[in-house]
Amino acid sequence: MDRPKLSTHLILIIGAIFMTLPVWVAFATSTHAPETILREGLQFWPGPHLIETYNEVLFVEGGVMKKVTATEMLKNSMILGIGFAIGKVIISMLAAYAIVYFRFRLGVPLFWVIFMTLLLPLEVRIIPSYEVVANMGLLDTHTGLIVPLIASATGTFFFRQFFKSVPDELLEAARLDGATAWGFFIDILVPLSRTMIAAILIIMFVVGWNQYLWPLIMTTKEENYTLVIGIKQIYQVLNEGGELPQFQKAFALTILATLPPVMVVLIFQRWFVKGLVESEK
Amino acid sequence: MKRVQFEHSAIPYLFIAPQIIIISIFFLWPSAQAIYQSFLLEDAFGLSSQFVWFKNYTDTIGSDAWLQAAGFTLIFSSLVTFLSLALALLLAVKANEVLHGASTYKTMLMWAYAIAPPVAGLMGNLMFNPLIGDLYNLMNQFGFEFDHKLDSVDAGFVVVLISVWKQVSINFIFFLAGLQGIPKSVQEAAVMDCNSSTRRFWTITFPLLAPTTFFLVVINITYAFFETFGIIDTTTQGAPGGSTTTLVYKVYQDGFRGADIGGSSAQSVVLMIMVLALTVVQFRFIERKVHY
Repeated sequence: MDRPKLSTHLILIIGAIFMTLPVWVAFATSTHAPETILREGLQFWPGPHLIETYNEVLFVEGGVMKKVTATEMLKNSMILGIGFAIGKVIISMLAAYAIVYFRFRLGVPLFWVIFMTLLLPLEVRIIPSYEVVANMGLLDTHTGLIVPLIASATGTFFFRQFFKSVPDELLEAARLDGATAWGFFIDILVPLSRTMIAAILIIMFVVGWNQYLWPLIMTTKEENYTLVIGIKQIYQVLNEGGELPQFQKAFALTILATLPPVMVVLIFQRWFVKGLVESEK
Repeated sequence: MKRVQFEHSAIPYLFIAPQIIIISIFFLWPSAQAIYQSFLLEDAFGLSSQFVWFKNYTDTIGSDAWLQAAGFTLIFSSLVTFLSLALALLLAVKANEVLHGASTYKTMLMWAYAIAPPVAGLMGNLMFNPLIGDLYNLMNQFGFEFDHKLDSVDAGFVVVLISVWKQVSINFIFFLAGLQGIPKSVQEAAVMDCNSSTRRFWTITFPLLAPTTFFLVVINITYAFFETFGIIDTTTQGAPGGSTTTLVYKVYQDGFRGADIGGSSAQSVVLMIMVLALTVVQFRFIERKVHY
């Protein structure tokens, strides 16, 4: 290959700035006093109010009812992200195992039922889904928040793809040794899928954390807000009420909502990219 | 299907049961409900309902508001898909060329994947806020008379900009993986045959990337249809005058704000049909054409 030209680096640098600058500006602005922000606009360098702003956002109750802190919303988001990821992995591994390793009468029709969920996102059936959850008395519960989101089949297809690549000889050998269906799954297939499980967990954590429409309609109490939906409600409050608009707090909340999924993606970058690209083959 | 499998028994049903139960309760049943409700007209209090055949469909689909939303969705998805793919492809090609600092560039270009659309929307909203927004002032300094609260083109610009920003990273990841999957021998042969790197790209690299590109086109259209909900809800909320309302946002507005369950369900069903059509196109047309 020839040596890359200067223009190549220039394009990449501009691209990198385009992708990172907005978040940096949001962070820098969040560390200034509201008066400074109103007077001078967006800030490019961190100011003196970092601890003050984040302390207030994390530990002092805000929102319409003044009932929720960012710490609680962080906790709710964590529960959603982790619960969604783990639930999805368990459910979809089991289903994929049945589809790949068994021949049974309803196998093919059930496979198509699962496939259908890929096509129709939650958004197109949002009102009846809401009614179902409301009728079951699951509004404002973790179950009602997480379980309907697990219905889609993305994880199942990922594991189906992976199981198909596992050599047949493994099952033959296991059966000679007298392994049961459950034994083969738990002792051989699960340990074999370790990397894949990790990759899927990471992707699904990010997907779960970032859910918006579903948490928005099915949480009514402020205590149950996740960060991603809470920041918008709180942003509206910050803008009203006759006082100085508290832009630094709004920016701080967006940073807090961004930080955990970004950290996960950065730390596990290799697994994450592998999982993402492999799952679509 | 595996060559070697377990015997037919009740066991597979146990394994597949959890997913099927969840799908039945939270997917099949609500989807059927949506279709059923799309044929009903409920009174304002939801006490009684009447079977009205296709009245909800003819009422909503023919309305100016729906047509406006459909028009905006079409322009919006085309712009978001084209711009975010083009930008990501350019960056991926360049990132694939460099040796020094490649991993730093990669990290900086892909990390925005982790940011939720509504969070990106809120950040954008703050930056375009006239009280603090330098972006707002910047646009006006160039003499655009920019006002995304009042002008529908400006509002559309804000929504497209944020949506593209959010989507570049995932396209970048897939394009880069696609580029790295092109065998070295093919690249070397191409260099020998063709001197111009631009021509080399369009005649060799780009056709080899076609499967990735088509896959991404579908992903991006789906993104522009559905996932941008969070961006629109945190920036324009469909305003001014419904000019930045996408079809999905309208389903939500009519159903939850307007309490028009029948009309909203009819729109949902139309959306379902659109998505299914998109999938059929993907399978039939694209899969056949793009295998080398």
